[in-house]
Order: sequence, then structure tokens, then C-alpha cells
Amino acid sequence: MSDPVNRKKVPFRGGGFKPRPIRFVAPFVFLALVLFWEFGSRTGIISNLVLPAPSEAFQAFLDLYNSGLFWKHVSTSLYRLVFGWSIGTALGILVGLLIGLFSLARSSLLPLTSAFFPIPKIALLPLFIIWFGIGEGSKVATILFGTFFPTVIATYGGVDNVERGLVRMGQSFGMSWLSIVRKIILPGALPAILSGARISASIAIILLVAAEMIGAEYGIGAYVLMAGSLFATDQLIVGVAMLSILGLCVSWLIGKAEKALLNWRG
Amino acid sequence: MPFPIIRLDYMQISIEKLSHAYGSVEVLNDINLTFEPGEIAVIIGPSGCGKSTLLRLMGGLEEPSKGAAYIAGQAPEGSLNPLTYIFQDFALLPWRTVAGNISLVLEDHKLSKQQSKAIIDDVLARTNLSEFHDALPHQLSGGMKQRVAIARALAVSPAFLLMDEPLSALDSQTRELLMDDLVALWSREAFSACYVTHNLAEAVRLGHKVIVLSRRPGKVREVVEISIPLNERRERAAELEEVQQQLWHMMREEALAADRELADV
Repeated sequence: MSDPVNRKKVPFRGGGFKPRPIRFVAPFVFLALVLFWEFGSRTGIISNLVLPAPSEAFQAFLDLYNSGLFWKHVSTSLYRLVFGWSIGTALGILVGLLIGLFSLARSSLLPLTSAFFPIPKIALLPLFIIWFGIGEGSKVATILFGTFFPTVIATYGGVDNVERGLVRMGQSFGMSWLSIVRKIILPGALPAILSGARISASIAIILLVAAEMIGAEYGIGAYVLMAGSLFATDQLIVGVAMLSILGLCVSWLIGKAEKALLNWRG
Repeated sequence: MPFPIIRLDYMQISIEKLSHAYGSVEVLNDINLTFEPGEIAVIIGPSGCGKSTLLRLMGGLEEPSKGAAYIAGQAPEGSLNPLTYIFQDFALLPWRTVAGNISLVLEDHKLSKQQSKAIIDDVLARTNLSEFHDALPHQLSGGMKQRVAIARALAVSPAFLLMDEPLSALDSQTRELLMDDLVALWSREAFSACYVTHNLAEAVRLGHKVIVLSRRPGKVREVVEISIPLNERRERAAELEEVQQQLWHMMREEALAADRELADV
């Protein structure tokens, strides 16, 4: 028997390193920040020249909404975003698969991809305008190219990481090449493709604004640019908030897609 | 050397003068073996002796550098995939259910929906898995996963099973249970199999003959026949223990030497 006087409880030293999401914290922090901002503006701690009050920005949003231009800007931007992103992603998945499956494609296309990926696509915008015109073409092309390369890299990485044992299993059961690609390689690479989609969607939004800052009449980027050149900071805030909400929506959608397509991960 | 008798209603695999090398590293050297139908042949050997490679060469997943593996005789009627593997890591698609994983290997064959369904239900019943029809692999224990893989192998009515350390990823209790399952399955269907393992207890429980390979480059060192019927082996443990000791005696030096080699493959 141990001496009950001299004994100590074994000190607990595990735990931690496992952050969990807590509900309602995020909206609360957001609300507190806006309230603080509004309060600062009203009392004069934050000068109106430096940052307009949230209420002023909201008024600017109502003005925009009442003028009827809100949907025009948003739909124009959405069209460019969806069009450029989906074609860029589709082509990216295709080329990524080729690089993942064929030696010749890997040796020829992979160096090209590595060379083109780091080029800021915004720097190429003048070229795109010459090639595809000042209209929709150059804007869609900027987004397309911007989303294409990260998708290629995510896809071929995903294909490379599909367990070779599963492929060997497919071969051992005499499955056809096409069946192996469709039923083993593609679903196996899907998690990587979806996390690539998350990254390329953010890149697409950044490029959208950049492209709309040159020669666009409508679009969130054009709205932000116009507000900026007039120093209408309240409108600027509205534009930036719209972009942020757009980004949140896109990441929510991809989250939904991940949940639906990858429920087998358990 | 007497000629092996080829029975035309069964398939027989023979390996002749087979050698294999990865680059400059010789893995297998001049292997000559014949696998009889209706018999489980166990290949044992120290780690890295090329036993898994030999199995891959037998099933055509790799090409030997020299020599060849041959099949003689006809695969039984209705066999969709005569040479069928069971893998150590189960190789189940995590995104497909138990039934989906079995359906996977049937989809490339022109079977009607009802035929596929009948096969799936049949093999799930034969492996006592019917209630797990819609479970995903991540919900199953290791033993259950390997049972699914066995069901999948049975679905294509193989003529010859190639088993690559099928129980090595399982804990020892599960291993015992699955060994009983395999013995029961063999007692019913007398399948032919080549079973690779490094576990001597499995070898003496399941093997009609045990092929002992030497360390790299692997050569056939000894072929030990065990005449005790499979379903009596659990009771006759003392006799098996003797065979196991004999096998261990053969393998001990090889394993010791293999253990001290520097890995360069």
C-alpha cells in the first residue's frame, strides 16, 4: 500500500493542440468590430477622412441598390467569374490528368506549367486585350489562365498521390484502362482537385477585380475603381464588402461540394 | 524429373527458370515450381527475399527478367478473372460501399444488373457479410475489410487465388478468426491458392505444401509437404508445432543474415 500522505495525483500534462470551432463566435466578433467602428466614427476617434462609418457605407449600398446598378455590377462580375473559372478549371483538370497519366505529357507540359504558373496573369492583361479584345474576352481569359495553372498542379499532384495499390488491384482484376482512370484515379484525386478549386476560386476573384479595372463599364471591380478615383470611400467599402461576400459564398459552395462528394472519408 | 500431370478441367501454374532483377539488384534466382490445383501452396522466406515479387510475377502484374510463369489447362467455366489477388492492405476503394467494391470488379464484364446483384449477394452471404452490404470501408475493422476483399475475389470465380500476406495487417485474434474462415472456405470449395507470408504459424495452418525461399536473391531452399488435413490442424497443434520448428530451423540463418543486410532497393 502506498502512503496516502506522501502521495500526489499524477499531474495532467496532455490535452491542448486541438482547436475546435465554437458557434456564434465569428458573427459576434464581426458585429463587435462593426459596432466599435461605428462608435469610433460617431465620437470622432476615427476621422471620416480616414474611414467612413459603416452606416455611411450602408447608405452608399442603398443608393447603389436603388439606382438599379447593383445587380448589373454583380451579374456582370459573376458571369466573368463563372465562365472563366469553369473553363479554366475544366481545362486544368484535363491537362493535370494528362500530366498525371502519360510520360510524354509529363515531360512536355509539366516544365511549361512550372514556367507559366508564377507569371502574374495581371501582367499579361495588356497582351490579352490585344489578343482577345477589350471586351469580355480579355477579362475571361485572365481568369481562365489564372485558374488553369493551379488546377493543373493540384490535379496531377492528386493523381500522383492515388494509392498505387488500388491501381494494381484494378489491373489484377483485369479492369480496362478507362475504367481504372474513371473509377479509381479520378475519385482518388478528387480531394486534391477540390482543394485546388478552393485556391483557384480565390485567385479568380482577385484577377476578376484586376481585369475589371481596365476598360470595364460594369462589374464590381469597375465600381471599386470608380469609387477609388472619386475618393468616394463609402462606395469603396461597399465594393470591397461585396467582394468579400462573394468570396465567402464561393468557399461555402466548395465546402458543400466537398461534403457531398467526399462523404466517404468519414 | 517426372512430368507433372496436367488436368484439363483445372488450371495449373508452373514457374520455369524464372529470375528477376530490379536494376542491378537480383531479387529472384532460377525459380522452378509447380502449383497443383485444389492445393494451397505457402511461400515463406525472410523479409526482402522476393516472395511478394514472385507472386506479382505469377499473376502478370510484373514481367520477369528471365524465364516465365505458365498456366496450363482451362479456367473453369464462368471464371471472370482466373488469377485473382488478395492484397495485404485490402485495396478497397474508400469511396465505394462494400457492395460497390465488389460490383467494381464485375462492371467491366458484360453482366446484367440481376446477374451482378446475384453474384454480390451470393459472395456476401458466403463470407457472412450480408448485413454490411452498404457499409463504407472506413466503418469496418481490418478483419472485415479483408473479408470484403475475399468476397470480391470470390465474385470473379477465380481459378487460382494469389494471396499476398493477406493476414499480416491484422491483429493476432482477427488473424486466428480469418484463418478459420479460410480453412472453412477451402473445405467447401477446395480452391487453389498461392499464399505468401512471413508468419510460420499461418504457413503450417493453411499450407498443403510450404515453399521456403532463401534470402535475396531468392531461391527455392526447400519444399515441405504437410499431410495433415486442413480442418484437423487446429486439434493437432503438437504435430504442427514440430513442422513449424523444422521450418524455423531452415529460416533462422536466412532471416538472421537478411536482417543484417543493408537495404538498397
